[in-house]
Amino acid sequence: MKKFLVAFVVLFFVAALMGQVFERSKTLYVGGGLWAPPSNWNPFTPWNAVTGTIGLVYETLFLYDPLNDKFEPWLAESGSWIKPNVFQLKLRKGLRWQDGRPLTIDDVIFTFEIAKKYTSISYSPIWNWLEKIEKIDDNTLNFVFSDPRYQEWSQQLISIAIVPKHIWEKKTEDEILQGANEKPVGSGPYYVESWTGDRNVYRKNPDWWGIKALGLDPKPERVVILRVLSNNVAVGMLMKGELDWSNFFLPGVPVLKKGYGLHTWYENPPYMLPANTAGIYINVNKYPLSIPEFRRAMAFAINTQKIVERVFENMVTVSNPAGILPLPGFMKYYPKEVVDKFGFRYDPETAKKILDELGFKDVDGDGFREDPKGNKFKLTIECPYGWTDWMVSIQSIAEDLRAVGINVEARFPDYSKYADNLYGGKFDMILNNFQTGVSSTIWSYFNGVFYPDAVEAEYAYAGNFGRYNNPEVRALMDELNRSRDDEKIRQAVAKLTEILLKDLPFIPLWYNGAWFQASEQVWTNWPSEKNPYTWPIAWGGHWQLGGVKVLFNIKAK
Amino acid sequence: MRKYLTKKAIIYLITFFFAVTIDWVIPRFMPGNPIHFLISRFATLPEAVKVIQSYFTQAFGLDKPLHEQYLNFWRALFRGDLGISIYLYPQPVAKVIARSLPYTLIVLLPAVLLSFAVGNRLGAFVAKKRKLDNFALPIFYTLTAAPYFWFGILLAWLLGVVFRLFPIAGAYSFAMTPSFSWRFIVNFLYHWVLPFSSLFLVMLGGWAIGMRNMIIYELEANYSRYLESLGASQSLIRRYAYRNAILPQVTGLAIQLGTVVAGSLTTEIVFSYPGIGYILMQGILNQDYFLIQGCFLFIILGVLIANFLIDIFYVIIDPRIRKSYTGEV
Repeated sequence: MKKFLVAFVVLFFVAALMGQVFERSKTLYVGGGLWAPPSNWNPFTPWNAVTGTIGLVYETLFLYDPLNDKFEPWLAESGSWIKPNVFQLKLRKGLRWQDGRPLTIDDVIFTFEIAKKYTSISYSPIWNWLEKIEKIDDNTLNFVFSDPRYQEWSQQLISIAIVPKHIWEKKTEDEILQGANEKPVGSGPYYVESWTGDRNVYRKNPDWWGIKALGLDPKPERVVILRVLSNNVAVGMLMKGELDWSNFFLPGVPVLKKGYGLHTWYENPPYMLPANTAGIYINVNKYPLSIPEFRRAMAFAINTQKIVERVFENMVTVSNPAGILPLPGFMKYYPKEVVDKFGFRYDPETAKKILDELGFKDVDGDGFREDPKGNKFKLTIECPYGWTDWMVSIQSIAEDLRAVGINVEARFPDYSKYADNLYGGKFDMILNNFQTGVSSTIWSYFNGVFYPDAVEAEYAYAGNFGRYNNPEVRALMDELNRSRDDEKIRQAVAKLTEILLKDLPFIPLWYNGAWFQASEQVWTNWPSEKNPYTWPIAWGGHWQLGGVKVLFNIKAK
Repeated sequence: MRKYLTKKAIIYLITFFFAVTIDWVIPRFMPGNPIHFLISRFATLPEAVKVIQSYFTQAFGLDKPLHEQYLNFWRALFRGDLGISIYLYPQPVAKVIARSLPYTLIVLLPAVLLSFAVGNRLGAFVAKKRKLDNFALPIFYTLTAAPYFWFGILLAWLLGVVFRLFPIAGAYSFAMTPSFSWRFIVNFLYHWVLPFSSLFLVMLGGWAIGMRNMIIYELEANYSRYLESLGASQSLIRRYAYRNAILPQVTGLAIQLGTVVAGSLTTEIVFSYPGIGYILMQGILNQDYFLIQGCFLFIILGVLIANFLIDIFYVIIDPRIRKSYTGEV
């Protein structure tokens, strides 16, 4: 008995010694992109996958750098339109999967053709306008289009992750779409080492092709993606140096920066880069919101600067009236003349004048205007409960609208109800920014505002939540999608902007930030205004915008 | 004995059926649609979204009429299939629960058993010391009257934030992966202390008060008086009083179980402790029908089974019930 006990104790101690703790100076802790316990590493369902599944493990053909408006070949060596309907792609040589097999042109073909075979794969509609893929040689492909949608294609090039044929070809459609893919084999600089309910650990892939081909060396041995549940905890962890790279919206950055030397993109307000346009969608089918001039009056009545200062402490900036993100890829098409002519600004007197002219007057003297027939009306504006910055913002908006005599009340439904209202078009006014984010093409912004198919859908997810209907917009959107000549795009953008500013189904308000705070206690050389080497965000879909390059450039202290 | 067990078993089966039906219905009364969650996490191209929506509505069977969904649910349940979580897509609900269950049990079981044992002893001990009683009773009352989550917040604030003695969130430090090592076990216990204490202390108060009152009552009972007049020692009388007094306490345990489990759920939420309660909360926030159903199913099963065990245990410790069913009385 005694012997057993001794053996057990010895065993216990030996086991105890083997337990590992990550070496701090080689580990990067990242937060802000993981909101649910890790459950999915499937590149075919990236909206559910752990952030980094595409970007760190699986890779795309191109990256897009929104700071310089540049496509960067990644798995691809180059790519260009050799004919109006033929996109020629050259693949790099010497690419390798994490299981040691070579990544070849056949894997690229497979990645696209699997979506032709299985029409439930999210990018399968590509085959409505892609005719065929021709293999020219071992490194060259021609994508031949029946209907070349240049803008959409460019976005696909940075979204579709190339997958290994030898692993995925054996799977059925349901296995592909419903698999968790717990041991992902990609081609990227990191692979999945382990995960638990509140973290996902990526480990450096020492055989990554980019080390030789691009001369880029992933600095952290491990990248630990943390699921931090509240902003307060995130602030605490940043202060203590337990979190290195934070992409949370943290209130009070000005104070934190002074007190603790937090790193941010800009040294001064707004501290953050812009990531998307927040604004209100208006239900254009509901009287009196159905009157364009009425919507215009509201645009003049809202004091966004007040929200920027009081709610966001200047961490965001007021949007231009068109809502076009102030990033080079978008701003090169900014139609200044149109905005000057049809734009709006905060001016409650103009708002009152427009309303007076429309015949909306306060007849019974209760402080709120009645419609021209003398009927009272009341409108609501909503955002999800618990999104505190937005809750204060819409209260401020409701206040501004009441000040010009429009009776508006702020409402805060639970997120599930909010989502149902938003996608179902069951609202008067709703604050949202889901579809107006940074991307490789300005087409995506206008799609978020005008998405023409929303009009008939019971639930519309891709934008135009207020169900604005205008055949001219559909034609312009199609034209924009099929243009790659800058001048033509500029013209389409100018026309779309004019319609947006005249009809205002969406009132752009401010640019929500690309929230980025970093601690310099363990890692330094973070990207910033003065050292703008890449887009500093680790959210899903942002690694391809340059997030991955942070890992090659930071330095251990 | 068999009659007793059959009767109990039938009652439990009926309870199970209704509880599970309610469990199925309630999430579906929530406004909204779980598919929204799946899609709203990720901005993507419009055509892709259409494909995703139609595929997943079918995959989750949400396009079928409600009665068919209900029947499918029972069919799947008998196969042991709890469905796939939407929030943690594409993990099977059973797997998600299996991962969270140990965390719930490791807090809940020791808290229930220890508080019952310690609380009863403490109550019996206090009952015979007048001075101590005056001092201890208000403490017990405060403890038992406190809601679990409120007491949890209080402990977290006092011991976690003010004195910084214990961590206030998670089951172990971020710098570790679960492993069989001293550092991990110590770290784990360190995180376990607060959630455990908040359950343990609140329950302790209840048991102590119950026991104290019962003992005082039993000591006044005729059999105690009779024993006393026969000249039996104080400790013998107390031993008999304790055996009698423990019976209602066991009944109390059966009745309390539901509240205790609910309490542990809220405690997990307070401490972000990754057990069933915590995962259930996430399921509700994300309108994950299948996860909510699965968690409640486990809670229902757990409470019913525990009650059943207590019923049996009761027969063992109380000869009167045993004998009444075997017809000896």
